[in-house]
Order: sequence, then structure tokens, then C-alpha cells
Amino acid sequence: MTPFTQHTGVAMPLRRSNIDTDAIIPSREMRTVSRTGLAAGLFAPWRYSDPDARTENANFVFNQSAYRGASILLTGENFGCGSSREHAVWALQESGFRAIVAPSFATIFRNNAQRNGLLTVELADSEIEALTQWVSVDPLHNAVRIDLDACTIGHDPHQPVMPFLIDQTTRHMLLNGLDEIGLTEQSLDHIAAFEAGDRSIRPWVYLEES
Amino acid sequence: MATTLFDKLWHEHEVTALSERESLLYIDRIFLHERTGSVALNSLLENNRAVRRRQHAFCTMDHIVDTLPGRSDDTLMPSGREFIVATRSAAHETGIQLFDIADKDQGIVHVISPELGIALPGLSLICPDSHTCTLGGLGALAWGVGSTEAEHALATSTLRVIKPRNMRVNFNGALGSGVTAKDLILFTIRSLSAAGGAGYAIEFAGSAIDALSVESRLTLCNMATELSAFTGLIAPDQKVVEFCQGRRFAPEGSVWNQAVAHWRALKSDEDAPFDDVRQIDIGSLRPQLSWGTSPQHCIDWDDRVPEVNEAPDEKAAVAWQRAQDYMGLTGGSHLSDYPVDAAFIGSCTNSRLSDLQLAASYLLRTGHRVAKGVKALCVPGSGQVKRAAEAEGLDEIFRSAGFEWREPGCSMCFFAGGESFGQGVRVASTTNRNFEGRQGLGVRTHIASPLTVVASACAGHLVADTSA
Repeated sequence: MTPFTQHTGVAMPLRRSNIDTDAIIPSREMRTVSRTGLAAGLFAPWRYSDPDARTENANFVFNQSAYRGASILLTGENFGCGSSREHAVWALQESGFRAIVAPSFATIFRNNAQRNGLLTVELADSEIEALTQWVSVDPLHNAVRIDLDACTIGHDPHQPVMPFLIDQTTRHMLLNGLDEIGLTEQSLDHIAAFEAGDRSIRPWVYLEES
Repeated sequence: MATTLFDKLWHEHEVTALSERESLLYIDRIFLHERTGSVALNSLLENNRAVRRRQHAFCTMDHIVDTLPGRSDDTLMPSGREFIVATRSAAHETGIQLFDIADKDQGIVHVISPELGIALPGLSLICPDSHTCTLGGLGALAWGVGSTEAEHALATSTLRVIKPRNMRVNFNGALGSGVTAKDLILFTIRSLSAAGGAGYAIEFAGSAIDALSVESRLTLCNMATELSAFTGLIAPDQKVVEFCQGRRFAPEGSVWNQAVAHWRALKSDEDAPFDDVRQIDIGSLRPQLSWGTSPQHCIDWDDRVPEVNEAPDEKAAVAWQRAQDYMGLTGGSHLSDYPVDAAFIGSCTNSRLSDLQLAASYLLRTGHRVAKGVKALCVPGSGQVKRAAEAEGLDEIFRSAGFEWREPGCSMCFFAGGESFGQGVRVASTTNRNFEGRQGLGVRTHIASPLTVVASACAGHLVADTSA
């Protein structure tokens, strides 16, 4: 997993609430048993006027030239609700996004993001609105800076940076780009000891090998 | 110390605390399906890892497999075959039990896991599928995860989880006739909002919950994810014990008795501290229908569709306008003004035997048939449901009323590139999501109970059952 420390990039506003994972990447765009090949499906229902022909909808923010290289998404409440498909995270990352800023996230999406090194930042609606205002004046020039070490977001140099809260374990995992499975495998002795004790309390849990 | 049901289950599965908020939890059961499980299994194999306890992991074919009679590995979804073949191959290689297409127990993951006794009260169960919270209806600690977390659980029998807070939703009063668990959960989402459960595990309680059948509890908990909750759950009672007894993977003999004794303690203590408690009065609850593109966009079926200028704030107004444009509705109109083109009975929400019995009883009682020009489907949730329904003659009732009678699976609950209703088609559906494009490009989904869907199919427009 790529570590996340600091990142400065173009921020794209898509200020809608309850953007679900069917909108981020529809099921029909998940065509292979793979974590890749998903970028063209990102926001397909909104991005294309005809998704099959890949005819772009010029009004959609992602199709505006200033935002084509965006790496930070400024969005609305409950981002990533709905289906648990991790493809939503993979499609965002493959399209160049490193961080999503929203007032709140759906739990499964947030977990999936963290497992893949995509940073999710929770800010107040008014703060995201301030970022949106700043970016919209000149998206390419008015970049947004995220510092996970300091837990701050910066925009207009004349304005104070915005601090954000993040779970410390999550921050540690992201800063160091740690593989969770590898980390947990170091606890296999703990897990075996748990099972030995649990088996006498809940024997029905432990099915026999067939 | 007084403890909530959720906290009891959390502590029971805690291998070790990782930080103040995060724990390593033991995962008793893992269920996979060919849509997202295939990715988890492939990734596990690519990383040269094995399934740590293969007898605790199961897999089914439900999401992509067709539901038309005579189905095979070939699917209407252009690349569906790849998912099916890859899943089968990885299941065989890892040695986990697969309920393959022709297996008599094949079906929708959240329908077959209780049916087979794979999900039981108090067990922790994960699946790379957001509707895994369904199993909270049995008192299981069950939640949806992504493919990477599924891989983590397969490799280590554990997950690293940040503990959610505790919410209780108390339902006061009794459900009236013709009002179902589906109406109850739609009303709850409408009341709490689609983000109303974010960060919480929600225990549903109250006399109305005690009165619900086990299958209805599964329907209710199924849509906890539509509240953005970590999960939903209900304390197991005698009904649940009886439901589980004799199931294929349930314990037997003295171990069964030991399990039942253990399950009796799985309830919140009298003074257990909840971070949030909500009261919902349901004595006057009426059948619910969604009008928009979020499950929170619900109204009593004969209420007016809200007008955009009635929205609580500017953002809601924009969202309502988008939703009404997509749905082809006008604020202030009644849903009964809109003809339906299709009706769908099925999905992990409403494809169990009691759902099919409810819809069939309407057809029998009224003698109505599906209105001319309406495409109507009934898709049983599993092989077991299908056989039980056929033994009662329900298939004949549906068929002779004009419904298609399908093979078990997720079917047209979502559009994966295969079968769809078509652009602009208005569907009355017992599914759980009315998102833009969920059932196909431009498809307009109205979610409701099986009773409302069958009544709408027969009337040819959106309507609740007013015949009882």
C-alpha cells in the first residue's frame, strides 16, 4: 500500500449528499474479476450522456478540463453509501484520487478506502464550502494541501489551515502504508489462544473439517 | 455493569484490543459470493495465503448467475461467466464449501445462511456485501465488508474493527393489518435519514419487534445498511431458537442445549447504556412507498409526493429536484397517478417463503391478475424457498396471475450488464435500493413491501393493498 503523508493537488467539488457506490461505479462497469480496469467506469451514470458509447456529458464537473487531473474530491454527507463494492475505491484511485473530503462517510466505504491507502477526511460542511469557493475561482492554481502528519488541510495561504480528526490507528497505517493482513498475521498466537479458550465456551462455533 | 447486546457480542469476539477504539475481532463465519468474493479469493491465492479455517467459510452463486430457467455458466451479463468460473475454481482450490448453481441449497447469500444454520444467534459473520446486516435479525453480529477485509478474515479468522456506538430504536405499538416489516424499516429510514445510523450498531426493540416472525426480522435488519449503520440487530428469543433448530449446520444434542442456554443471555441488560435511543410510534403506520432515489425518500403510499419548495434546506431541495427529474414525477402529485411498467418480487430483503405467501395470498383473495403490459417477476431467494413454495402451489398462483417464476438469485435487484427493465421503466420492487440506475440505466424504482408490489402489478399503477 502506498503511504500517505502529504499531498497537494487539484480538488474537484461534487457537492451532493448520499453519493452511493452504484453512482461511483455501477455494477455493469465491474466487468472482470479484478481490482483494475475500473477508471473509465468512475461516475459513469453522470459522466457520460451515453455510457455505452462513452459520450461525455460536458456539464459534469469531471469532464471540465481544469478538473481532469483532480486528486482530491470535495463532496457531501454520507459519501459511499450503499453497496460494499471496493471497486468504488479502486476506481477513484485508478482515476488519480488520493483523498476524499466529506462531512461524513458510509462505514464500509471508509474502511475500504483506508485498507487501500485512500485518505478520507471529515470536515464540517462550512469548511468544505470554503474549500469549494477557493478552488472554484481557479482550480488549477488554487490547489489544496493535505498533511496527514499534522492532520491539517490548507488552501488559501491567507487563511488558517483546517485541522481534522482521524483515528490514530488508521493514521498510523496510512502514514506507513502498512498491510493489515501482514500485521494481523503477527498476532496468530493470540488468535489461537483465543480459540482454545472460546472453544470450551462456544463449542458449536467450531465446525469439523469435512 | 449493565451491557448492551451489541457490547456483549463485541466482547465475546474480542481477541485483543488494538487501541482505545479498535479491536481484533474473531470472525466465526465468512460467506462469499461470485461478485465480490471472487476478488477476495483470487487476491488471497495471488498472495500465497490459505483460508485459515476453511470449514468456517462458504460461498454461493447469486449475484451474476441468471435466474431464467435452464441457466448455466453462461450469463446475460457479457462477462458473467468469468466471475462464475473464477469463483468455482478459487473455491475448489481453497477448499471452502460452494453452493454452486445446481446445488439444491443455492440461493441469495443472506437467505441461505439462516436457512442452513450457517448464521446463528451470537455468531460473528462477515460477507463482502453490504446487506450482511440481515443476519442481525437472528441476533448474529453480522456486517458487510469490502473484498480486502474479506481476504483478511479468510487469512486470519479475524478483522480489525473500530467499535461503533450503540443506538436503540424502540418501536411502540403494533403493526396494523397489511403493514409489514418492510414498511416498518422504510418508515424508520424516512424518520432517521439515510445517514441516520452512521457510526452506530442499532438494536431494534419493542413489542412490535417481539411480535415479528423471524423472517420479518431478517427483512427489517436487511435495510440497516440503508441507514448507513454498522449493523442492525435484534435480541434472539424463543422464535429464533425454534427457527434455528435442526438446520444443516446448527449444533445438535448436548451442544445444541449448551448453545441455546448461551443464546438466552444475548440481550441488552435492563439499564444498559445506549449512546442514542429513538422512539418510533407505529400504531398508525401505513404502507410505505419510495418516490425518489434514496431509501429515505419514502411516503405513506397515498400521501402527496413532496414539493421541492417544502424541502428543509437548499441541499435537500437540489437533491429532491434531481430525484423527481430522474423519477419522472411532479411534486404534489400522488404515486397512484403513475402507471407501473414492471413489478419485481425478490431480493435478500423480500424473497423468503413468507414474502411469497403474502403476495400469493393477495392474488388468491382478490383473484386479480397482473395488469396488461406489466412485466412481473417473482424470484425465490433460494432453492429451499422455491421448493417449499412449489409444494404449496404458490408457483402456479404466480404463473396463472401473469408472473414469471424464476430460479433463485439476486436477479434484477441490480443491473450488472445483463437483464434490465429498460430506460424510463417504472418498477414496483421489493428490493432495498432505489438509487439512480440501480436496476438499469434510467430505470425508476419504487421500493415497497411484497403486498404493495403485487397490488401495484395488478392495478397497473402504484397502490397499496386496499382489499383486506
